[in-house]
Amino acid sequence: MGIAYFPGCTLSTKATGYDRSGRAVAAALGIEMNELEEWQCCGATFPLATDNAMALVAPTRILAQSQRSGGHVTTLCSICFHVLRRTQYFLDQKPEFLERINWFTEEPYDGNSRVSHFLEVLRDDITWQGLAEKIVHPLHNLKVAPYYGCLLLRPQSEIGLDDPDAPVILHDCLDALGCQVISFPYQSECCGSYLAVSKPDLPHKLAGEILSSARRNGAEAIITACPLCHFNLDYYQRPSQSVSPSETIPVLYFTQLMAVALGLPDDQWGIENHYVDPLPLFRQVVPMQSYQTD
Amino acid sequence: MNKRALVIGAGIAGIQASLDIANSGYEVILVEKEPSIGGHMAQLSETFPTLDCSQCILTPRTVEVGKHENIRLYTYSEVDSLERKDDNSFDVRIRRRASYVNWDLCTGCGVCQEKCPFKVDSLFERGVGQRKVIYTLSPQAVPNKPVIDAENCRYLQSKWDIESGLTPALDKKGNPAKPKCGACEKFCPTGAIDWDQKDTFIEENVDAVIVATGYDLFPQTRLPEYGGGKLLDVIDGLGFERLLAASGPTAGKVLRPSDNKVPLEVVFVQCSGSRDPERGVPYCSKICCMYTAKQAILYKHHLHDGQAYVFYIDVRAGGKGYEEFLNRAQEEDGVIYLRGKVSKLFQDGDKIMVKGVDTISNRTVEIAADLVVLATAVIPRIGNQQVADMLGLTYDQNGFYTSRNEEFDPVLTPSQGIFMAGCALGPKDIPETVAQASGAAAKVLSMFQKDRASFQQEEMFSTIPG
Repeated sequence: MGIAYFPGCTLSTKATGYDRSGRAVAAALGIEMNELEEWQCCGATFPLATDNAMALVAPTRILAQSQRSGGHVTTLCSICFHVLRRTQYFLDQKPEFLERINWFTEEPYDGNSRVSHFLEVLRDDITWQGLAEKIVHPLHNLKVAPYYGCLLLRPQSEIGLDDPDAPVILHDCLDALGCQVISFPYQSECCGSYLAVSKPDLPHKLAGEILSSARRNGAEAIITACPLCHFNLDYYQRPSQSVSPSETIPVLYFTQLMAVALGLPDDQWGIENHYVDPLPLFRQVVPMQSYQTD
Repeated sequence: MNKRALVIGAGIAGIQASLDIANSGYEVILVEKEPSIGGHMAQLSETFPTLDCSQCILTPRTVEVGKHENIRLYTYSEVDSLERKDDNSFDVRIRRRASYVNWDLCTGCGVCQEKCPFKVDSLFERGVGQRKVIYTLSPQAVPNKPVIDAENCRYLQSKWDIESGLTPALDKKGNPAKPKCGACEKFCPTGAIDWDQKDTFIEENVDAVIVATGYDLFPQTRLPEYGGGKLLDVIDGLGFERLLAASGPTAGKVLRPSDNKVPLEVVFVQCSGSRDPERGVPYCSKICCMYTAKQAILYKHHLHDGQAYVFYIDVRAGGKGYEEFLNRAQEEDGVIYLRGKVSKLFQDGDKIMVKGVDTISNRTVEIAADLVVLATAVIPRIGNQQVADMLGLTYDQNGFYTSRNEEFDPVLTPSQGIFMAGCALGPKDIPETVAQASGAAAKVLSMFQKDRASFQQEEMFSTIPG
């Protein structure tokens, strides 16, 4: 199956590992990811002012481009997904805005594209059963805590991906990989998000709570679908913070675990740029190839 | 005209109205769905603002109802149908649910409840306690006769399985299969257990009806951000009343449901589901500010070392002695009031984490609580709308019954001869409920006092348009 793919800025810069593992996983599952030809930033925040049409031009341009490859666009980044999905919802509700926005885009948008998070493509098109059948290295011994964050699920009325109070989509995905999935109370708390830039103390505090709760509940790794959650949680454990090695916990994207479980070559796992190295953990659960030499 | 009144619901509203009418010399038929009367007031520990023991001020009235020569009491019963006749009286059909206990033989000794080996969660105890499968609601129950909860009764279920052929009619040895258990029957000194009892119907003719069906609390399952009813140590206001009540499951000790430990940090969350048009109900439940203050005070009286916190939007203490009562909670009993909403509750270890905001200090607040009490919204009884359809009543968008005229005729319904009182019309506290019930009774009595013919001539209802 073919699908338009919008990587977004973060996945081309800070989170290249997410992008690489995501593309590799998609290819392994027979999903043809057609990267949009000429994309730009989605805007990264959904405007809360109800009459701010200008802020919607950027995401609408992405939706318009997706028409060229069938009108179904997927993204890995929670934030891009959040912005695109809410834009689509907004335009569905208020078609008069679409007309106005189309004055500013070189390619008019017909309003009919579908926005999916990659997790949704897995759930609805591949199915968890279909995924489970392709697993080469089931991760039976790995205790993982899915961490949803906020933007992937909220607001439910507009996003509609899963129940924000009892989400299961990441649970189901990790379950299909054979992992031991651990629920923890902070799984859909906010990580502090962009405040990492303006008020770094706040994400620092929140990340500390999230990580320690996951550890207390027995998790060996935290799994996320959001590059900003990943950054905040991983950055908290950077070497200069001198978190004791026994207390660090690797933060991984779900696609990275999928790449491991699907038996993809380890150069496609995309795990180079982590502050907390997940390799020691992987060594315990899967046969290693090139990384074994270090 | 036989001048007889039907009262539906035997909470404090129905009890008050029945007594007022019966004491004036007219007959009352009082129908109650539960096995005994008293309604929600029987669940309360103390009342605000006087801190009277609820059971103690209620019991004289329930006993009076039980013994009154003019009151015919049908508990564990429901109004099945009600039809208006040409002479404007009503033919009412009452369904007496099978209790599997012959109440004429039963002496109320309670041996059956002692001997019954099975316990189930009790709705009366609001999730903080259990009851036996054969049960009365409380030791002060009126009438003090037990009923068997057929759904959970081992004997009845196995008996019915044999009768319907689900279990073979012969056991392994070839003897006829017998139902299991039957402990209550074995120990009952008067042989009152009647396994073959069926629902029975009673037909009555009445001239006036008072509807006092009361309220329910907003279900916790509709508050997913507060645990959706899955967290054991998150209970509702009535649940906390049961923990405080001397006749409750903990015999008046404040012990939290999960592990029976003494909760030293208790958080009360007001407006849980009320004043929340997005996710709950839009209206104010009126009683929560006061009962939360009362519960916080009582909690402090039970546990001097404990700390109580109350999250509120704003405090509504309109009533005689109410504001003073609230000040007492804050000033004398050291209850900490935090103005703000709670965004989320979740279990973390053996604590309930409370994430909220204090909008006065403009800071987010996090409390690791041992017990959380939600002042959930007062909502109409489930089934109110079916009752309304049967009786020809009207209700508002929230499901509460509406009056003929909300300002001047609060207890009159659009149907002539049918009156109402209590929380079925909207949230209200006990004094207001009692006053309204007496008002409804007065309307019935003034109707009875008049000659039928002249009454119909004057017809106070028909002069009001609409």
